[in-house]
Amino acid sequence: MAGILGKKVGMTNIFDEKGEAIPCTVIEAGPCFVAQIKTRDKDGYEALQLGFEDKKGRLVSKPMHGHFKRAGITSKRIIREFRDFDVAKFHVGAEVRVDAIFSEGDVVSVAGTSKGRGFQGVVKRHHFGGGFRTHGQSDRERAPGSIGSSSFPSRVFKGMRMAGRMGGERVTVKNLRVLQIIPESNLLLVSGSIPGHNNSYVEIRKEEKKLS
Amino acid sequence: MEKLKLVEATQMKSHIPQFHPGDTINVHVRVIEGDKERIQQFQGVVIAKRGGGLSATFTVRKISNGVGVERIFPLHSPRIAKIEVVKEGNVRRAKLYYLRELASKQIRQKTAV
Repeated sequence: MAGILGKKVGMTNIFDEKGEAIPCTVIEAGPCFVAQIKTRDKDGYEALQLGFEDKKGRLVSKPMHGHFKRAGITSKRIIREFRDFDVAKFHVGAEVRVDAIFSEGDVVSVAGTSKGRGFQGVVKRHHFGGGFRTHGQSDRERAPGSIGSSSFPSRVFKGMRMAGRMGGERVTVKNLRVLQIIPESNLLLVSGSIPGHNNSYVEIRKEEKKLS
Repeated sequence: MEKLKLVEATQMKSHIPQFHPGDTINVHVRVIEGDKERIQQFQGVVIAKRGGGLSATFTVRKISNGVGVERIFPLHSPRIAKIEVVKEGNVRRAKLYYLRELASKQIRQKTAV
């Protein structure tokens, strides 16, 4: 599951060789820089720690500043670990570009923070059906219905699905296809939609399987 | 935004004739049957154009054997071989969905120059 960090640019569609329009998301992926290499001897597992997008030096805390300085790279805004890289091929401070990791036709999963929806009712948040619109009902159209029994158990079970804050959480979308890579401008096109608003940060990971 | 345009620019068509809702146009569509390719024509009134960039589409309506048929084409689709403007129209609206309710004679009057 090699991967890279990126930023959602927006959605559009492109035409495939059959002339069919495929909805796709454009991601500005990388260039990332290796901030640290986790090794089996030292950390118990192998991973690359990648940094993405420059951050002004004065905004970086002193411990992080030292971390970047030791890697010999400029301060970065986002730092994430990616496992299953062939760690031996990289050195600390190395540049990781999108075309080095992905190629057209790869299957990827994209993780990011979904759009915050605020306080939402059960119909939107948990896909409840709501109540009847007719048959003399009032105030029942988007109501949650019963939330449990009566004197036994005299309480509401934990985890009962109710209204509340929705969105703004980590979401992973799997099985997206890499449609196109534009290395000159670090752009990556994947089929379908990905979590988050435009300009939000996403992690793109390669999946083992190939789509037929 | 510029980056999105960069992606779209690779597939955008540069020479698309100007046409507007109300115009009568003839769309030459590439149809692939097996390994053969032929051109099919679809002539009708443009009743809507929507979207921008590569995802822009337009809707053409015609009466075929007494049945109203509407097709939505992506403006930049490679399956469109050619677009001919047959007759220019003169309408006061951007979306002509009301033509669906009208008889063909009224449609002629509504879209007349």
